[in-house]
Amino acid sequence: MTNSIADITEESQCIFIIGSNTTENHPVIGTKIRGAKRHRGAKLIVADPRRIDITDYADLHLRHTPGTDIALLNGLMHIILRQGWQDDEFITNRTEGFAELKAVVEKYTPEVTSAITGVPVADIELAARMMAENRPGALIYAMGITQHTTGVANVMSCANLQMLLGNMGKRGGGVNPLRGQNNVQGACDLGGLPNVYPGYQKVTDAKVREKFEKAWGVPQPDSVGLTVTEMLKAAEEGKVHCLYIIGENPMTSDPDLNHVRFSLQKTEFIVLQELFFSETAQFADVIFPAASFAEKEGTFTNTERRIQRLRKAIDPPGEAKEDTWIMFQLAKRMLALGAATPDPEAPYGDWEYRDVTDIEEEINALTPIYAGVTWERLEAGEALHWPVPSPDHPGTPILHTRQFSRGKGLFVGMDHVPPAELPDEEYPLMLTTGRVIYHWHGGEMTHRARGLEAMYPEALVEIHPKDARKAHISDGDLMKVASRRGEILAKAQITDRVEPGLIFTTFHFAESAANFLTNPALDPQAKIPEYKVCAVKVEKA
Amino acid sequence: MPIHLTINDKAITVPEGATILEAAGANGIHIPTLCHHPDLTNVGACRMCVVSVERARGVQTACTTPATEGMVVNTMSPAVVETRKFVLEMLLTDHPNDCMTCEVNGDCELQDLVYDYGVKWPEHNGRRHQYEIDPDPNPFIFIDRNKCILCGRCIRTCDEIQNRSIWSFANRGFESKLVAGADQLMLDAGCESCGQCVAYCPVGALFDKMSLGKGRANQAEKVRTTCGYCGVGCNFDLNVRDGEIVRVTSAHDAPVNGMALCVKGRYGYDYVNHPDRLTRPMVRVKWLDAEKVAERVESGQWTLFSEAEQRRASLSYRRTSGDGKSVAPNPQSQISADTFVKTDWDTALNVVAHKFTQVKKELGGEAFALFASAKCTNEENFIFNKFTRQMLATHSIDHCARL
Repeated sequence: MTNSIADITEESQCIFIIGSNTTENHPVIGTKIRGAKRHRGAKLIVADPRRIDITDYADLHLRHTPGTDIALLNGLMHIILRQGWQDDEFITNRTEGFAELKAVVEKYTPEVTSAITGVPVADIELAARMMAENRPGALIYAMGITQHTTGVANVMSCANLQMLLGNMGKRGGGVNPLRGQNNVQGACDLGGLPNVYPGYQKVTDAKVREKFEKAWGVPQPDSVGLTVTEMLKAAEEGKVHCLYIIGENPMTSDPDLNHVRFSLQKTEFIVLQELFFSETAQFADVIFPAASFAEKEGTFTNTERRIQRLRKAIDPPGEAKEDTWIMFQLAKRMLALGAATPDPEAPYGDWEYRDVTDIEEEINALTPIYAGVTWERLEAGEALHWPVPSPDHPGTPILHTRQFSRGKGLFVGMDHVPPAELPDEEYPLMLTTGRVIYHWHGGEMTHRARGLEAMYPEALVEIHPKDARKAHISDGDLMKVASRRGEILAKAQITDRVEPGLIFTTFHFAESAANFLTNPALDPQAKIPEYKVCAVKVEKA
Repeated sequence: MPIHLTINDKAITVPEGATILEAAGANGIHIPTLCHHPDLTNVGACRMCVVSVERARGVQTACTTPATEGMVVNTMSPAVVETRKFVLEMLLTDHPNDCMTCEVNGDCELQDLVYDYGVKWPEHNGRRHQYEIDPDPNPFIFIDRNKCILCGRCIRTCDEIQNRSIWSFANRGFESKLVAGADQLMLDAGCESCGQCVAYCPVGALFDKMSLGKGRANQAEKVRTTCGYCGVGCNFDLNVRDGEIVRVTSAHDAPVNGMALCVKGRYGYDYVNHPDRLTRPMVRVKWLDAEKVAERVESGQWTLFSEAEQRRASLSYRRTSGDGKSVAPNPQSQISADTFVKTDWDTALNVVAHKFTQVKKELGGEAFALFASAKCTNEENFIFNKFTRQMLATHSIDHCARL
């Protein structure tokens, strides 16, 4: 998020949610947004193909067809420009590329936009007016924007809209992705990505590599590594021999599960570090029992870049160990076997850590955005937003207040590109996927939480009454959903939360996970799979 | 314009609009309350906060009466104390005498006030409600209307903080009772089971069902931490008793969420203690010395992770095929190359260290890929990153950020 949860929910005059089922997937932010709407009259616009819970509170629900976000955003910008509602001062002082954007957006008249998105012209006009008349406005998005083959272009379009309205770098504004996992932000920040070191320092930058070569005392490869989806492919092709999987469950969370299974089966050696015998565990060669969030010390970074303490409340069960203990042990043994020979002079070349504070110190030294996030400050109760470049820096709740990371904000006009797979005669329905409030991803945790499991014990498929009638499916019937890649059985939930032609299901249940159906087509840049759109057919099972 | 007033002979200045309760609180003068909560609007329902104001008739509720210029307030006048005692007695006439076994004993605002004011258990022949205990089948929120003091905090919490407005009062007078929706089951009324109403209940009328009988406030240790589910970053207190998490309670000073939590954060913790947890390192037989396996299994140092056990531990198997108990345990003679053996850490770590070292020496870093975890801490992810880049010499580390 460019902004903090507090400034958005307390000061934004117009909250525009696109591609986020906020009340189910980020419930406490949903709570606060409902409060902003009810108690101080902030406008709330929700763009989502489904009638998700938060739409009940919205001033306006734009129900666009999945995969038409760019067209919708361009349509909104078209009206803003037509009416002269853009923030000229912001555009002149803070941005570049405006002329190009204008040229692209020109084509997206309300009529054209309506034809692509299925949203009535009057609603598009009203939404644009609401955004223009209620500033600052915050844009909130989640996987509904990113999990498309046009994921990057979707995000850029969100940024275009917010820059056009001058909603960047101020309280109550911003482009705000809601991060899914508790520490997906931190995993990205601290080096869990194939193209960057901790703090988004590029592996292709020779100076950066040199810094880490000096710190860790070993030469560093100069090309980017593989993404999750590429790793599985490389394993299948025999290029990757060893997979080390920590706290992930690709056998439910990755696209096209039949293919994932094949890849895992073909991998020579898989080490899994887990809490439970997950779906992925059956493919492992060695399983290390790990500690849960309640059994260790450390920090998580939330969706607003705020770093907060995790504290150990109980001991791990049996012989289960913290992930760091396991990795220290492994690294020391490998050093002894000569797997690597770090320069003994390198300040952080060894694996002798006393406790988590030693790791924090190494993070501070090597990660500029975390340089000032010292253990002392965390212990003293500070919950800082990065970047925190020095120990006396107060943190940065709002980004881009004076300039953008690249200097000026760049408008990049994007054209609508349809999803990689659309319904046709053979697979006439569109499937979109997501989560429900009671479960978490592959469900290894929530299916083992008694109350949550009682609330939502089996996989359901949302289907519109019209489509159900056509397929002779009644509410609660077991139905078969098939795509070109696989099929699942799940119970029908007949509802107008979805529109005719669209069905929805989750990936919470391994045996009927949506990801047997989903399309592994990737966004070319972000390598994110198109979970939000694929073509399917249904029949009564 | 600042307001000047006197409370208990103390001259006080407060900003315009402050209530007597706020004026007193800001100056260290305690006025007892029940229906009031600083996070909620004031309704003046319980009459516990009454005070005497000179030249005003009767007593005034401090939570709803604004401080005015020249006001002279007495928070402990005989009339005030008598009124409070009377209010408490009235509450007790329709309250179970159940403190000995009540979940919130020692953490109950009513109990504390009854103690402070020396109110005795009232002997009377009037009516007492006999509501069904725990009448709502939802798995999270326990309701005992017999203990409800009709303060309405839960109603205001749901309406003002949670913005769901599930709770309200039905009926009048003695028949007044707390209801969800139109006297429906909570879930039917649209409840999302966040448990905020429980967090704000001053007595034992609403309680966390999963925590019944697990330990009272004074028996549990509280550990402040950050939630492990979504990216909002809510903080809360894990309540721990005898090495087990028995409850999650809201923390007023939580930076992101305050008292607010969701159903997963408040009620989704019990997986941590689930019997399915992996508790020993496991290695497939093919990576071990067969003789050693036979010997260690024989001596009981290592054990086999049988087919049946494996199935019982797998969620999808349990859901599609029942509890897995029908699967015959694998006889020892059927050890195959793929059988998992529960070994010791030393053995398991050495298997991996040797394999990784061998592959690295033969094929280099490109033969490795590591899935880091968005569930793990910053420090852990940093270590995964160092292990991948320094020890394995590859940048092939990624996690589920895209999934």
